[in-house]
Amino acid sequence: MLSRRTLLGAVAATAMVALAPLAHAEDQLYIPLISKGFQHQFWQAVKAGAEQAAKDFNVKITFEGPDNETMVDKQIDMLAAALANKPAAIGFAALDSQAAIPLLQQAADAKIPVIAFDSGVDSDIPLATATTDNVAAAGLAADKMAELIGDAGKVAVVAHDQTSRTGVDRRDGFLNRIKEKHPNIEVVTVQYGDGDQLKSTEVAKAILTANPDIKGIFATNEGSIIGTINAVTELGVKGVTIIGYDSGKVQKEAIRNGVEAGAITQNPVGIGYETVKAAVGALKGEKLPKIIDTGFYWYDKTNIDDPKIAAVLYD
Amino acid sequence: MNAATQASSQPSLMSRLAASGAHQRLLAFASLIVLLVVFSVASPNFMQMSNMIAILQATSVNGVLAVAATIVIITGGIDLSVGTMMTFTAVIAGVILTYGGMPLPLGVLGAIATGALCGFCSGSFIARMKIPPFIATLGMMLILKGLSLVISGTKPIYFNGTPGFDQISRGSLIGNILPFLPIPNGVLILFIVAGAASYVLGRTVLGRYTFALGSNEEAVRLSGVNTGSWKVAIYTVSGAICGIAGILIASRLNSAQPALGQGYELEAIAAVVIGGTSLSGGRGTIIGTLIGALIMAVLTNGLRVLSVAQEWQTVVTGAIIIMAVYADMVRKKEV
Repeated sequence: MLSRRTLLGAVAATAMVALAPLAHAEDQLYIPLISKGFQHQFWQAVKAGAEQAAKDFNVKITFEGPDNETMVDKQIDMLAAALANKPAAIGFAALDSQAAIPLLQQAADAKIPVIAFDSGVDSDIPLATATTDNVAAAGLAADKMAELIGDAGKVAVVAHDQTSRTGVDRRDGFLNRIKEKHPNIEVVTVQYGDGDQLKSTEVAKAILTANPDIKGIFATNEGSIIGTINAVTELGVKGVTIIGYDSGKVQKEAIRNGVEAGAITQNPVGIGYETVKAAVGALKGEKLPKIIDTGFYWYDKTNIDDPKIAAVLYD
Repeated sequence: MNAATQASSQPSLMSRLAASGAHQRLLAFASLIVLLVVFSVASPNFMQMSNMIAILQATSVNGVLAVAATIVIITGGIDLSVGTMMTFTAVIAGVILTYGGMPLPLGVLGAIATGALCGFCSGSFIARMKIPPFIATLGMMLILKGLSLVISGTKPIYFNGTPGFDQISRGSLIGNILPFLPIPNGVLILFIVAGAASYVLGRTVLGRYTFALGSNEEAVRLSGVNTGSWKVAIYTVSGAICGIAGILIASRLNSAQPALGQGYELEAIAAVVIGGTSLSGGRGTIIGTLIGALIMAVLTNGLRVLSVAQEWQTVVTGAIIIMAVYADMVRKKEV
């Protein structure tokens, strides 16, 4: 009996002590960002950008996202908790824009500005969306591919999925540019590896085995390109031009040692920064563009250490 | 032991059992109150009606899953498939309502029946094919996860064509009558499910066998009871409850999300354990589970409202689970 009471008391006391300092300094504007993820390096880079902006504009931010991109209901719970804190504005990267609409509406009714980031929300509620123009970015990948393989021959795509906005935009951005500008290049197949490194490895191996004369592969996200790098290394294939997306340690290493020709990088730091900046702008009553293009870059062995590029790459 | 206590051993055992149940609930309930007080003191934004509703809303799905898991855990079994079973039933509801264009009640019944069927399969694997519950339900978890993806074509199925579907969870009957208390229907459904399960466990033959199987299955079998059939029945009921959870989550998201579900079984089991149900079977209460689910939701919400970094939220949640179960162990030694 005694030990139970002591235990409960101890729990309460520890919790009080641990949490008390967090009972905030209320003078700063509070802008929570609810992201699609949290643990991936990409999201950590978005977070870093948001934190930089928070410092520059003297606001307080928090950054949260569910453990994986299937947990739609968890993300909604996060949004609900964020709203409870009476935020000045909210940044939101929707996993499923429909599911979040009642809460976004609640935010709109309470006159809390909502800024979408990474992927858009199918609704008028967000004042602006800070995102990469993935269609244009994948188009640039197509042009680079053409340049590297002499504007003729067979290529393939290892894509991360066929339903998400980014998956569709990157795939179609690449395919359409090839069709429009590079008629001598034939895309033999588009295969999906779910952005999973192992699955993408199998997918890329199958492509390389089935098409011994293939000249290039474009992989649409970090998991896809790591799988493709694995496949090329494991099969010992030479002379295939592979182009990736995003960054990460493995990919940067592959670009440095020449296995991978180069990659498109988004600007995750910029996405985070622009989201917070737009939220602050909205609070000041500034007019915001509907889409804030946060930009993308081509990088390869020659410019990977360029300060401008290095700043947006993550490990 | 002296003669006096010997003589009164029968009633005293009964009262001790009753007291132990009460203690267990009291302990969990006290922890819940402590958490509520701590968070209210730490943040002025925590204790507001809209946030309390958000917590209840967040409890509803996990709470119903935890009720389903409790019944199975009391038999000494485990069900790892509750999360993906929930998703599977949601997808089936989507097929019936959105693809089939059938009326709403059919979708709801279809989901619950599908859950019951899945539970029946798990129960049969365990009782008839003698596959250990951990393995049988692990297999079920993967089968149902895969089937959800196959049937839905890996795309969410939206319920926009079924007006009123989102109101099952999002609407508020209580709020229509008492406008100052807009408790969502999903929460109401959780309490109804919990009440019904509590009644079944406490007052029916099925409930008595649930506890008996968990306490001493061999003794039950030797006394001439067909333990296999009862076990299948228990898993079937548990599956039907997962079907209700499937409707709740689909309604809340106004869509069946086929990839969701894995990981939810562990949250449900955590709620069960925090609520004082023994993983070795034979002991547990629905009210304890309900409090356990509320503790999880309050903790998650409270840490978020306090803007505790997400990494640390996970650490704290893990620590609380261990502390809750340790407190329960301490109590058991004392009684």
